[in-house]
Amino acid sequence: MDTFLQQIINGLTAGSVYAVVALGYTMVYGIIQLINFAHGEVVMIGAMVAFTVINALVPSGLPPLVIVLIGTGVAIPVCMLVGYAMERLAYRPLRHAPRLAPLITAIGVSIILQHLALMIWSRNVLAFPQIIPSRTYMIGGAAITTVQIAILAICFGLMAALAILIYRTPLGTAMRATAQNQQVAGLMGIDINRVIAATFVIGAGLGAVAGVLYGTYYGLAQYTMGSILGLKAFSAAVLGGIGNIPGAMLGGVLLGIVEALGAGYIGDLTNLCQYDVLASRIDDCAGGGNFVLFGSNYQDVFAFLVLILVLVFRPSGLLGERVGDRA
Amino acid sequence: MSDWRARPAVRWAGVALIALTLAVLPFALAQVGTTWVRITDYAILYVLLALGLNIVVGFAGLLDLGYIAFYAVGAYTYALLASPHFNLHLPFWVILPIGAGIAALFGVLLGTPTLKLRGDYLAIVTLGFGEIVRVFLNNLSQPVNITSGPQGIARIDPFRIGDFSFSSFQRIGGLEFSGAIKYYYPLLLVVLAVIVVNLRLQNSRIGRAWEAIREDEIAARAMGINTRNLKLLAFAMGASFGGLAGGMFAAIQAFISPESFILVESVMVVSMVVLGGMGNIWGVILGALLLSFTPEILRWTVEPVQHALFGRSLIEPEVIRMLLFGLALVLIMLFRPAGLLPSSVRKRELTQQTP
Repeated sequence: MDTFLQQIINGLTAGSVYAVVALGYTMVYGIIQLINFAHGEVVMIGAMVAFTVINALVPSGLPPLVIVLIGTGVAIPVCMLVGYAMERLAYRPLRHAPRLAPLITAIGVSIILQHLALMIWSRNVLAFPQIIPSRTYMIGGAAITTVQIAILAICFGLMAALAILIYRTPLGTAMRATAQNQQVAGLMGIDINRVIAATFVIGAGLGAVAGVLYGTYYGLAQYTMGSILGLKAFSAAVLGGIGNIPGAMLGGVLLGIVEALGAGYIGDLTNLCQYDVLASRIDDCAGGGNFVLFGSNYQDVFAFLVLILVLVFRPSGLLGERVGDRA
Repeated sequence: MSDWRARPAVRWAGVALIALTLAVLPFALAQVGTTWVRITDYAILYVLLALGLNIVVGFAGLLDLGYIAFYAVGAYTYALLASPHFNLHLPFWVILPIGAGIAALFGVLLGTPTLKLRGDYLAIVTLGFGEIVRVFLNNLSQPVNITSGPQGIARIDPFRIGDFSFSSFQRIGGLEFSGAIKYYYPLLLVVLAVIVVNLRLQNSRIGRAWEAIREDEIAARAMGINTRNLKLLAFAMGASFGGLAGGMFAAIQAFISPESFILVESVMVVSMVVLGGMGNIWGVILGALLLSFTPEILRWTVEPVQHALFGRSLIEPEVIRMLLFGLALVLIMLFRPAGLLPSSVRKRELTQQTP
């Protein structure tokens, strides 16, 4: 099997989910310069709600696709409501406060949401029932499953829809105007509060879908899944240039691919036994043994390493504009 | 009333009163329960961490979300140099400076590539740095076992001077000294020293330069401030306090694992700094004490209250504790966005309308 192509496919799948989550971060950041720390938890809640509904509907005998659609259909409004409440209660009152204040409330909201989830669903892992028959197709020596195809299609569909929304509709225009200058946008007759609330709601809706997809891909959902996913998605957003919509998409996909390639190759590359000079000096190598410096469990390091490298050479992200701001 | 500072007698009486209170505090707490002495010890460690982070975030205005990594570096340095793991048993007064030094080195290591970054970009890179350190701690057990991975390092030596061990129970002159009470005093000494260093720093040439960088980096550079060196210095100094606290944490705890150095801990320390009032040393101390004691107090009150109201425990106390903690963060920020005790500079900023 072709490792390279396989890891590209895996990375693309995970990356497209990162991209959708990253959009939630970057939209909010673009419009009010807030790192919405709680977005990862919204994604988690989406997955948990959907999985609960799906598991409840399995015995009903409905077609699997309908069940999944109903589950997602319940999760989206729930997440939107959470997103709206969050903005209304925790962020709006702080819009003119020092920059770090809303960041702290975001952390607070994130803790609250995570522990509410813990209260509702306990520590159990919710499994995704095996109702969708997964078929595997081969492309040039690499395998791709129906689930992966579906995830890719949905994610890219969502991104296209969002791009249309932002660049082709009145709401999108209002959002871009508010992002550029809130005061002037207000003077032009834009209801800023509504636009910002809409941004949160749309981001949360995307997050809900991403949560379902992520959970489906890995087959499980748990109350802790939001933090690491959120972290990676946020890295993706920064990688692409935070506040920049195409940047978040690019960043997410890139991050997924780099991570997958890194995890796929690092073990082989740092196996010191394949270098003759070293192999003769390491006892473990005798008889075809291995001496792996860094295994694939360093996968999470890659995401951040790439992020740091990109930022060192391009401090405002890949597609971001150079702006002077500070904490 | 207003000029009590000018009257030395009153001032010294006040100092003596505070010193006496701090000296007998652990014994008073021991009456309530030995756990409370231990909790106080950890609270002091958090004060140390918060003061260290305050140099980076409060003074120099560099948002660091991976601060706990330096704590980890200090803790692991101590653990590796004073435990059966490598069979090294150096005395604590040798290791603690080494730990602080290595942590400072890590601070520079983090600071160098991030000099150009500002605000949120810096926040995410430092966050990534913290995660990287944790992943390494988790995985450096193979192929050569350095950190023991997720199992952590156990049986770490306590502080010891000659035959006097800080971890064991002892009766000295009719007073009962538990391990926690013994550790309280060196901790208190260190934290007082760090507070003095911080106070002196704040109004020094360096402190004012940091403030200038925080307010406007370009203007600061134009005034002839070497922003690069000063930012690195802020990272290094903040990190060294973290390393120091980490070393003491390892000794008190006698066991460390990567679990103690997760992102939430970094977030907790940042919350302490911001909650108390960034840049104001007393505010930061208040924030650290509040956030370390409140959850513990909640832990001890929530369970009995539930039993009294419903006759049984409906929700895990840990969950309620964290829920209330999150709620407290939100509410305090809503009503006092500059922190409980804002620094005078921040207050001035807030009253001016920023464009």
